[in-house]
Amino acid sequence: MQTLLKVENLTVSFFTQAGEVQAVRGVDFDIRQKETIAIVGESGCGKTVTVQTVMGLLSNPGRVKDGRILFRGEDLAKASRERLHALQGNEMSMIFQDPLTYLNPTMRVGRQIAEAYLQHNKATRDEAAARVLEIMRLVSFPSPERNMRAYPFQLSGGMRQRIMVAMALVCNPVVLFADEPTTALDVTIQAQIIELMNSLKSKIDTAIVLITHDMGVVANMAQRVYVMYAGRIVEHGAAQDVFENPRHPYTWGLLYSIPRLDAPGKGAMEFIPGTPPDLLCPPEGCAFAPRCKHAMNICAVRQPPKYTFGRAEHCAACWLYSEEAKKTYADVIEKRGNANG
Amino acid sequence: MERTKAWKTFPFAKLERSGMEAEEMVRPHTSYLKDVWRAFKRRKTALVSAVILLILVVLVLFGPMMNPYNYYSNDYTAINSPPTAQHWFGTDTLGRDLWTRVWVGGRVSLLIAILATLFPFLIGMVMGGISGYFGGKVDMIMMRCIDILMGIPAMIYNILLIVVLGSGNISTLIIAFTLTGWMGSARAARGMVLQIKAREFVMASKTLGASPARIIFRHLLPNTLGIMVVGVTLTIPMIIFAEAFLSFIGLGVAPPNPSWGQLISIAAEVFKSYPYQFIIPCAFVSLTMLCFNLLGDGLRDALDPKLRA
Amino acid sequence: MLRYALKRIGIALLTIFALTTITFFLLHLLPGDPFLNIKVPVAIQEKQMAYYGLDKPILQQYFIYLKNLLTGNLGTSLKYVGRNVTDIIADFFPVSAALGLIALFFAELIGMTFGILSAQFKNRWPDYLLMFFAILGIALPSMVIGPLIRYFFGVELRLLPVSGWGTPEQIIMPAFVLGLATVAANTRMMRACMLAVTTQDYIKTAQAKGLTPTQIVMRHELKNSLVPMLAGIGPAVASVMMGSFVVEKIFVIPGLGKHFVNAVTTLDYPLIMSLTIFYGTILVTMNLLVDLLYGVVDPRIRLD
Repeated sequence: MQTLLKVENLTVSFFTQAGEVQAVRGVDFDIRQKETIAIVGESGCGKTVTVQTVMGLLSNPGRVKDGRILFRGEDLAKASRERLHALQGNEMSMIFQDPLTYLNPTMRVGRQIAEAYLQHNKATRDEAAARVLEIMRLVSFPSPERNMRAYPFQLSGGMRQRIMVAMALVCNPVVLFADEPTTALDVTIQAQIIELMNSLKSKIDTAIVLITHDMGVVANMAQRVYVMYAGRIVEHGAAQDVFENPRHPYTWGLLYSIPRLDAPGKGAMEFIPGTPPDLLCPPEGCAFAPRCKHAMNICAVRQPPKYTFGRAEHCAACWLYSEEAKKTYADVIEKRGNANG
Repeated sequence: MERTKAWKTFPFAKLERSGMEAEEMVRPHTSYLKDVWRAFKRRKTALVSAVILLILVVLVLFGPMMNPYNYYSNDYTAINSPPTAQHWFGTDTLGRDLWTRVWVGGRVSLLIAILATLFPFLIGMVMGGISGYFGGKVDMIMMRCIDILMGIPAMIYNILLIVVLGSGNISTLIIAFTLTGWMGSARAARGMVLQIKAREFVMASKTLGASPARIIFRHLLPNTLGIMVVGVTLTIPMIIFAEAFLSFIGLGVAPPNPSWGQLISIAAEVFKSYPYQFIIPCAFVSLTMLCFNLLGDGLRDALDPKLRA
Repeated sequence: MLRYALKRIGIALLTIFALTTITFFLLHLLPGDPFLNIKVPVAIQEKQMAYYGLDKPILQQYFIYLKNLLTGNLGTSLKYVGRNVTDIIADFFPVSAALGLIALFFAELIGMTFGILSAQFKNRWPDYLLMFFAILGIALPSMVIGPLIRYFFGVELRLLPVSGWGTPEQIIMPAFVLGLATVAANTRMMRACMLAVTTQDYIKTAQAKGLTPTQIVMRHELKNSLVPMLAGIGPAVASVMMGSFVVEKIFVIPGLGKHFVNAVTTLDYPLIMSLTIFYGTILVTMNLLVDLLYGVVDPRIRLD
């Protein structure tokens, strides 16, 4: 499969009055045609900034300091505003977190969907309306003829999110970024939206970049997973590998903080102590070290390199896998951190 | 230092750390008021305005003592004199010294402005406090009344009240402004009380360690105090304007007592012949209104964390 | 919308009723009577009292007054003997209304345009320039700027007529003075509204659709900024109305504002009372219209 989008060493900082907030500190990821990948991490770890930067939506005082965003070979980090406008909503589109605040309250939803279509296609109003109806049916919207004239506040949360999905898909984008598409919704609605997105995958050719902090959502949708912490990717690989064989202590924490019946260790739920580091002055070593149960002296002062495991493309950035530490901590690695309780 | 050595010798030994370290705050902690002050200091216009207002207050208090004239005596040797070494701002059509009259007038105008801002504020606080504290029917009825009273145009009512109470003295103006101006702060105070009530409830349910007094004095008051200061700062120029307006239509302070509005009103009629008589009080009214507005804006921006970024 | 409209209309009616009642009792509970300082024989005084209905018990007077109000009879003036207040309003209000509406229309238009420009150029020189003028407009009340521009444009430069009413040239200066405060207030408010809307999440959505900044302003920001801007129309009407008292005096315009000021200075109580109620009713009605307009602009109110 052809690589659609390849992000290399993306570095984004926000220059605030308090100083430079290093929100994204060298992120690499790529996505191929029709693939679904997930970027997972706590809120504030830089996932949203990463995808908004890729889509050219970075706003002041944020700036791309370094890195390349290769979309079909074209570097978007250097693209003109006009070029970005032509791509936004057309070849790349985005679903946002809260469908209520991300929809214009004083515009009918049909018009909001049609807007992107009219922007990127030479179409009459009637053609646009036909397309809106078509796309509303695609996202299984009930009575689209009537509801396209509704205002956002007249629809339920799940309906609104379907409008967001329809809006993002109206131009048949090549890549769809879904930024926490289920977080603001009720649990039952969450399941509906995930089901909708999974069913859409078979109907359309769009590659999906899913951003979430919910490992359950990832397991349901993604083929590959990127785990992000404090502006860096700490582990990535095929979803199956990451779930069955997590390598980074942070991933262990993420996975074991989900209550599950078949959890190892008598079903005890784990949590990650402490809070993520302040990105105004990020730690010089591994950003996770202050919260890591297995941190070593080196973790506090040196960035860990990437280690690759088994089949290609399962990588983790953690000192535990260095030659020197591997033997000493074989026990920890074997039991994925649960040994020390 | 020690840690640097340790990591070089045993890079892969378990990282030793005390319990304190994990909780360590990396960024220096700044208090709310300190933050506000820092943000305010950066607003040069607001800072300059505050300094100008301070100078104006000093002049209003001590200006009349700086020369031998008083505000009501006529100097018939110098009628309508332009600014001279004796009469620094000149004299008016009755030969009264304008320097003295401007500052005495400033006293009247500023006194009215400050009192007519503070009284409605205090009354509003009490009314809003009662409304919010008792809640239920009392609250509903009081709020409906306030809705209706706020619908009545304030300036029309000021005029009516001054006509009824008899125009010409300072207290009439203050009473009129107080009666028509308390509703807004009553609403604000009610909102505040409801907030306190909500916090008490949260506290009771979560049994946090802090006492209600602590919450009120440490958290609620510093936050709302700022909003109140901004409100007062922006109300004062409105009252200065209102006083000038009422003086202009003949409902201000009675002569020979001067006020800024009155000086403007009298001088407007002789503007063509003696422009200085008009321009000097106008300049001070405008300067004062300008400075209070800029100060209020600066304070508001400094208090609003959203605007600070 | 219907419930919302009915509620607004109800509150407006209650406000007008409260206004009428307060005005009536305030003026009738005055110590003494309006003829006290006029030196006339007692018999004539009593006749006058009877003519104006002032000899009846106060509650009866109140009900007569309310009845008269409802039938459009606003009473008679003391000073313009025999002149009906309704006639005075009919004669002079059109002038004030024309001047006020012209001033208001341009003030709203210019103020909003300035506000939009200011927001678009945020923290660059056009913004600073416009904000400087806006704050100046607030610090220069009509009684200050009025005589000044009248002198410079009317007397010194002889560009515009210094007083009077009727020709378009005679409207320019009074309308400018009358609208200045509103232009200033609207510039600041529109700027703040636009900036508040700019940070809304749905603007990000619009950007993600590939809309250009101009399209975003025209399609998404403008309408959403107008909703809070409507609230400013009420105070603007009040400001123009009060301003007319000053401006009509400065520019010698035969409007109702001048008569109100005259009534106030000559203590013509029936005229003061009627004009107070008249002005109050106009303002309350304008506020009601603005409230109803909210419903038209904001679907959340219209369809609730």
